Formats: sequence, structure tokens, C-alpha cells
Amino acid sequence: MTTFTPSTPEQVLETVSWAAAEETPLEVVGHGSKRAIGRPLRVEHTLDLSQLTGVTLYEPEELVLSARAGTPLAELEKLLAQNNQEFAFEPMDYGPLLGQEPGRGTIGGALATNLAGPRRVKAGAARDHILGIHAVSGRGASFKSGGRVVKNVTGYDLSKAMAGSWGTLAVVTDVTFKVLPRAATEATLVLRGLTEEDAAHAMALAMGSSAEVASAAHLPESVTGRVLDGALRGKGSTLLRLEGFGPSVAYRFDRLSALLQGHGSHERLDDAQSRQLWREVRDCQPFADGTPRAVWRVSMAPSQGHHMVMALRMQTAVDAFYDWQGGLIWLRMEADPEADLLRALIAQYGGGHATLIRAPAPWRSAIPVFQPQPPALAALSARLKDQFDSRAILNPGRMGI
Amino acid sequence: MSGLKMPLPDAATLARRAEIVADMRIIVPGEGVVDAENAMRVFETDGLTAYRQLPMVVVLPETVTQVSRILKYCGERNIKVVPRGAGTSLSGGALPLADAVLLVMSRFNRILDIDYANRTVTAQPGVTNLGITHAVEQDGFYYAPDPSSQIACSIGGNIAENSGGVHSLKYGLTASNVLGIEMVLISGEVVRLGGKHLDAEGYDLLGLMTGSEGLLGVVTEVTVRILKKPETARAVLLGFASSEEAGQCVADIIGAGIIPGGMEMMDRPAIHAAEDFVQAGYPLDVEALLIVELDGPAAEVDHLIGEVEAIAKRNGSTTCQISTSEAERMNFWAGRKAAFPAVGRISPDYLCMDGTIPRKELPKVLAGMRELSEKYGLRVANVFHAGDGNLHPLILYDANKDDELARAEAFGADILRLCVKVGGVLTGEHGVGVEKRDLMPEMFTEEDLNQQIRVKCAFDPDHLFNPGKVFPQLHRCAEMGRMHVHRGQVAFPDIPRF
Ligand SMILES: Cc1cc2nc3c(=O)[nH]c(=O)nc-3n(C[C@H](O)[C@H](O)[C@H](O)COP(=O)(O)OP(=O)(O)OC[C@H]3O[C@@H](n4cnc5c(N)ncnc54)[C@H](O)[C@@H]3O)c2cc1C
Repeated sequence: MTTFTPSTPEQVLETVSWAAAEETPLEVVGHGSKRAIGRPLRVEHTLDLSQLTGVTLYEPEELVLSARAGTPLAELEKLLAQNNQEFAFEPMDYGPLLGQEPGRGTIGGALATNLAGPRRVKAGAARDHILGIHAVSGRGASFKSGGRVVKNVTGYDLSKAMAGSWGTLAVVTDVTFKVLPRAATEATLVLRGLTEEDAAHAMALAMGSSAEVASAAHLPESVTGRVLDGALRGKGSTLLRLEGFGPSVAYRFDRLSALLQGHGSHERLDDAQSRQLWREVRDCQPFADGTPRAVWRVSMAPSQGHHMVMALRMQTAVDAFYDWQGGLIWLRMEADPEADLLRALIAQYGGGHATLIRAPAPWRSAIPVFQPQPPALAALSARLKDQFDSRAILNPGRMGI
Repeated sequence: MSGLKMPLPDAATLARRAEIVADMRIIVPGEGVVDAENAMRVFETDGLTAYRQLPMVVVLPETVTQVSRILKYCGERNIKVVPRGAGTSLSGGALPLADAVLLVMSRFNRILDIDYANRTVTAQPGVTNLGITHAVEQDGFYYAPDPSSQIACSIGGNIAENSGGVHSLKYGLTASNVLGIEMVLISGEVVRLGGKHLDAEGYDLLGLMTGSEGLLGVVTEVTVRILKKPETARAVLLGFASSEEAGQCVADIIGAGIIPGGMEMMDRPAIHAAEDFVQAGYPLDVEALLIVELDGPAAEVDHLIGEVEAIAKRNGSTTCQISTSEAERMNFWAGRKAAFPAVGRISPDYLCMDGTIPRKELPKVLAGMRELSEKYGLRVANVFHAGDGNLHPLILYDANKDDELARAEAFGADILRLCVKVGGVLTGEHGVGVEKRDLMPEMFTEEDLNQQIRVKCAFDPDHLFNPGKVFPQLHRCAEMGRMHVHRGQVAFPDIPRF
């Protein structure tokens, strides 16, 4: 059991080349903050990237930031905030949900897991903001892709291929991200007392309006008391977030509230409260209960999410809330993870995917943590893995291949 | 035609042409197979008209089953396939090959589903970019990425090129607006990536497909995100005595936290050509013209217009006109939108380049272009997507004059080298195709390119899709398979520890 802690890209290359030659698997770790996700690995050696740190380029007026992959996300977010900027994809922090301290995780890990937040519906995920990478493939070859400019179609977008690859294709050593100005202010329109079906309808109306809603979530009655220190306790809360310049937010708030007359009673959350609320929604705070009870993250067509949840409730005990206009569904199972049942229902309601984010290790070994793919697609994914990591030395088995 | 080398046609395939055509007619009955030389002429080039080549046969399938059978047939018999949408590629991506089936997707022209609750449109790949907006605009929706060619180019071609437009500054390129596709592999297998939900369940194959230039598979269905039309849009027309000032104005607008719906720049030759052509009322005594469009709720637009005006004044703008009506806004754009044909009027031919640079390098690159223009003795007019640093230098030449095409191409290549040198890239939205293929090593090392070719090997192991495009040299997948480290040969037998 050896832990390698390279502090330069060259050392990463050396380590991976060695492992490839020896055909000895490596577990690739940033901070390990998302280690609890995915199949538990049985790997002898660890490639710990937490020493591969540092900002290599930050030009606020060019909206671009480059850093070594092991740089703490929190550190980068602090630096950006000093310039009134941010990663617009709002990387979620899995710490609270996984029973760890918050604020950990690396920028490389954010890309490898394709992090996103409630603004996903308007601003995209990590995949939509990555501009370029340097990486070392599992074959022990270093390569780059992309660059530092937003508009770029020169060659295949291997940077995007890293998004959501969970370290199974290549070890990313350097990333370049697009950064954006932070909104001057934000506010949230809260609709109280809607059923899940009515909430889905109201969120669709809001997202389909010209009010430029940045996030839309619904917390059913059982969940709504678990955010903002209990301030929303009571009837279910449908949350619509508006961001931008002060006059614009005020104007759009009124328009949106007028549009949704008759959809529950309306409340307003101002800047600070709104920011706290969306951070808690982002980090799945309602299920950050310190237990290992199974938590699923499900992505579906927004209009279908609540239908699937209703059907699931008929057969098992489950607590649920919705982000992404209803398209991102967080589920906490009271007992068994019910993977087969859940995935069958997702397929029945228009398709999508479910990832088991939290569960005791025995469950994670027993059921596919990531959504199984149809045969032709699974074969294609396996061929892609093979073209990056032919000896299967990077996180073998983590994604099921 | 200048010295572009394409893969040698395969004699064995050409020898079987009649049989292949007959087999295609079995798969696609009726009018869908074209093999007469005169009928194939319309397909011999795309938007990069300097290159022409007749295909072996043109096939226009109508169903996914037909596409699947065609590809399986070609895959099993080692026959090359060039996918084609509307043929507007400016990089020669849809240029036929003498020994390849040209697979034209124009009959896939139906909108399949409009879903306002999920804000999606599902369409066949031959539907035009504008066709998607047309299908939903009566309800106040639109599809945001808007290439200038949107009236003609297909949504399938947009995916293959990851196309962008004026509005991509705020709303993103094709890649951020496509939710799902159905595609057919060279094996004939049909796979679906994504759908109406967000993000992939495994590897981001959709991200890889977007911008893959027809080298990985054939897109047979597309689901895109549509947006509600902004409540208002207004444009500001700004003139500057130097491109430095205009460039600084762009930087300051973005530095102020403003992301306009569009921000376009034109240089003096482009301004004059456009004004002569459409009389948009552009000032003729300026070196650079900026069009800044702000869209959104009226309250926001009014607020931001004031800020943009102040920033422009601080940067010494000599003219500042703010649109007060929709007609005036359209008029501001008329010149910019007509810039290409306007340049076409003042020169028999032109080459449209497409590099991207970090915004701050604009003055340096413009100065470099002026020098190159003198060196090559050819004029250049510039239009840029200024907000994201995407340049479109138009190099004016006359193909009928002995070496002008070759000089224009050399000039273009030097501009792109300059873009790469200052931290930019070879192509921002038009793709590599055949046009920039041989410049790829300017940006990528052999190892970089090899990893890209490996991706191709995962999708298309025999390199049957669109060979001769994108990669200067396409190594065979079997050769790529070799690892470059071998047991016992590593420099450090001991386990490295840091
Ligand atoms: C006047 C003019 C202005 C333009 N302006 C812009 C602009 O503003 N922004 C911009 O980004 N581009 C612009 N372009 C370039 C061009 O319009 C785009 O690249 C467009 O996306 C090409 O679409 P198409 O349907 O014409 O594709 P084609 O030219 O037919 O093909 C382009 C590539 O896509 C592949 N392809 C096509 N369909 C499929 C499919 N179904 N499956 C797999 N591969 C496929 C082809 O093999 C080829 O490699 C412009 C072109 C012209 C002529």
C-alpha cells in the first residue's frame, strides 16, 4: 500500500507510467471527499493529488482561471469572490451529505464528477465551463485538449470527456475554467402549499417565462422544515430564484409573482437568505442527517420527476425533494435502496439516470452505483475506457467498467 | 486547387461501384440514390468552395433503419462514408471523397416533438437551425445558438461543428444547448445519448460528439433546449478612432459584470464594405465599430444601456447611437449580418478565417494582420465576435489570378499561427475540416493528436467516417494500440515516491 503524492504534472506522469508498466491499479484521489460515492475500490496504491496545487493563471477581465487539478475548490472560490466572480456552475459540496466536514474537494474532482448546482438549468454544469485540460492517460501518455478561450472547436473536446469520468480515463493535472461575474443580488419567490404536481406546473411556467429564473426547486412538506434553520417549516415550498442587477431582480420578481397568482401563497426571501437557501438545496442539506441511509440522485425530464416519485411511494418508504425544475430528484430511502424498482420506474417515466450517492459499503458493492447502460452504449463506453486506459489501472471498477 | 492531399481512393471500392450503387438502391428505394455525374455536381463542394470532388455515390436516406443498414453495409465492406447536412461548412467538413458514399441527411426534415413544459424540441437532423425557432416562435420561444447561416444550415451539422453565433456569448454554443441525440455507429448500432434530462449517466459522449465533424457517427435525431424570447432587446452602435480603444471598451464592459446578448466588432474595411452594400448608417470615419446588444427585461436593459454608454465614453467613443425601435436595432445589425456578401461585392473571392484569441491580444493580432496583409499583398477585412475573441478575418483574393489562392491560404495560415501564438486556437466555430487540418500540429503535439485519434478508434475503428478531415495523419487503430511504456523498460524501476 503506497500513497503517491506528486506535486508536479511530471511526477504524475512518472507515477502513472510506472503503474501502467507494472499493470498495477491506482486509486485517483483529490481530497477523497467523494470517495464514499461509487463502488468501493480494492486498490493497492493511491494517487493523491492534494499536493498538486496552485493557480497558474487568473485573468479576471478575460473571465478565465487555470489551476493545478489538486487545488482546493474552496480556495479558488475565495479567490474568485475577491474579484466578484464565481464558477457559475455552482459546484455542490458533498461533504455534509456524506457526513464529512464541508468545504473540501479539489477542482480536478469537481470536473471528474461533473459537479453542478441549482443553477444547472440556466448556467450548466462543470462540463459547460471547462475550457481546457492537461492530463495523463492511463496509458501513461500526457496530453492536452482545449485551451483558454471560450470559442474553440479545434479537435475533439477531450476536456468534456473528463467531466463525469470519475478518474477512470485519465488523471487531470491542470484545468482551465471559464469564470463569470457574480450576480449583484438575488431574491427567491416562495410559493407555499402546492402539491408536487402543482409545483411541477408552476416551475414549468416560471422557467418558460421571460423572468430569467435561475433555479427552481420544490421542497415537499416533509422536507421544507429542514432548510434555513426551520424558517420554511409548514406547507410545501416551491422556490424560484432570480439573480442579477437590483432593479432587474425587483422588476422580474413582480412579473413572476403576477404570473403565478393563484399558485399558492407568495413569500419573498431577500439576498442573504436566498443565498443560504440555495446553498442548502445545492448541498442536499435536507438529507444531511448524519445517517448512512441510502440517498439517490436522479436526473429525469422535469415534467416526469414527480410522477416517478408518486409511483415509487406506492411501493416503498421514501423522502424526496426536487431541484432543476423537478428534473433533479434527491431521494432518501428509509430502508432498502430499491435500485431495480427505482430504475424500472425511471425508464417507465421517460428515462434518465440514478446514481447511488450514499449507502453503506455493502450496498454499494452489491448494486450498480451508476446507471447501467444499454448494451451498445455500454460497449462504446468500454471501448472509450480502453482507448484511454487500456490496462485498466485508473480507479478500476469505480464506474462499473 | 492548391496542394491539399486527400487519402488515395481505394481501387477495390471503386471497382465495385456499380454493385454498391445497386445495393444502396435496395436499402433506399426510389429517388434516394444519386449516381449520375451531373446530378451529383450539386454535392461536389460545401461552403469552402475552393475544394471540389465528386463522390462515388450520393445516398439520401429517410429512416433510421436505412441509415443503420447503409452504415452496417459500408462498415462490413470497408467503404468510406462522408455525412452531410446542408453543406454550408466553411472548413470543407462535408467535402466528398471519390471512393466514399456521401450520406446526405436533408430528408430527415421533420420536427418530432415540441415540449414547452420541459422547454425542448426534438427534431430530425436535417431540420434547419432557423426551422427550430420557427416551430416555436409563435409561442414566444426560440433556439439560442444562431450561426449566420441559420436559414440554411442543419441542426445535425450544428452538432457536428458545435456551431455558435452572435448570441453564444450569453447563451452558449451548441454543446450547452443540446440535451440529447440519437446516433448510428459504423456498425449500424443505434445509440441514444442523453434525452430530455440533464447530464449523462456515464461518460460525456454527447460532449465528444458535439464538434466531432462527422468523424464518429451519424446523428439521426436531436433534442435541444429552447428559451423564452427576452422581453426586449436594444442595441448600441459605437464608433472608435482605434481598435485598441474598441478592444478596451469590450474588456471594460465584461469587467463591469455585463454579459451582453451579443457584442460584435468590425474594422474599417468591413465597415466600408457593409455600408456601401446596405446603407446601415454606419460612421465611415472610424477605425472600429462595436455593436453591443443587451437583452432581457426592459428594466435591466435600460439600466445596462446607461452603463455601456458610460464605459464607451470613458474609452473615447466618437459615436454612440442607441436603438429606440426594433427597426433601428435591426438596421444596426443589417450591416454586420451582410458583412460577408458585402465583402463578396468588393472582391471576386474571399477566404473566411475563424481563429479565437484572448480578448486582450486583439490589438497585437490586428497589427500582425496588417503586416501580413502587406507581406502577401492581399487585403483583409475583419469582423469579430468581440465578446468571446472569435475573429473572422476575410482575406480578399481573385482565384483567376495565378497564385492568389495559394497566397491567400498562406496568409490565412499565418493568421491562425499568430492566434495560437498569443494563446488562442485555430478555429472558434467553423471546424477544422480539410481547411485547417494541416495546421493542427501548430496547436497540438503528436501525443495530443494521438489521444484524439484514440477517441476516434473507440467509435470508428477502421476510420471509415470522413477520412482526410481534421487529422493531418490518421494512424491505424491497431498501431495506436501499442503502449509506449513496457514492463522492464521504465527509467525508474523503483516505485517513485514524492
Ligand atoms: C454564409 C455562412 C455563414 C456562416 N456563419 C456561421 C456562424 O456564424 N457560426 C458558425 O458556427 N458557423 C457558421 N457557418 C458554418 C456552417 O454553417 C456551420 O458549420 C453549420 O453548422 C454546418 O451545418 P450543415 O448542415 O451545413 O453541415 P455540413 O456543411 O453539411 O456538414 C458539416 C460537418 O458536419 C458533418 N455532419 C453534417 N450532418 C451530420 C449528421 N447528421 N451526423 C453527423 N455528422 C454530420 C459533416 O460530415 C461535416 O463534417 C457559416 C457558413 C456560411 C456558408
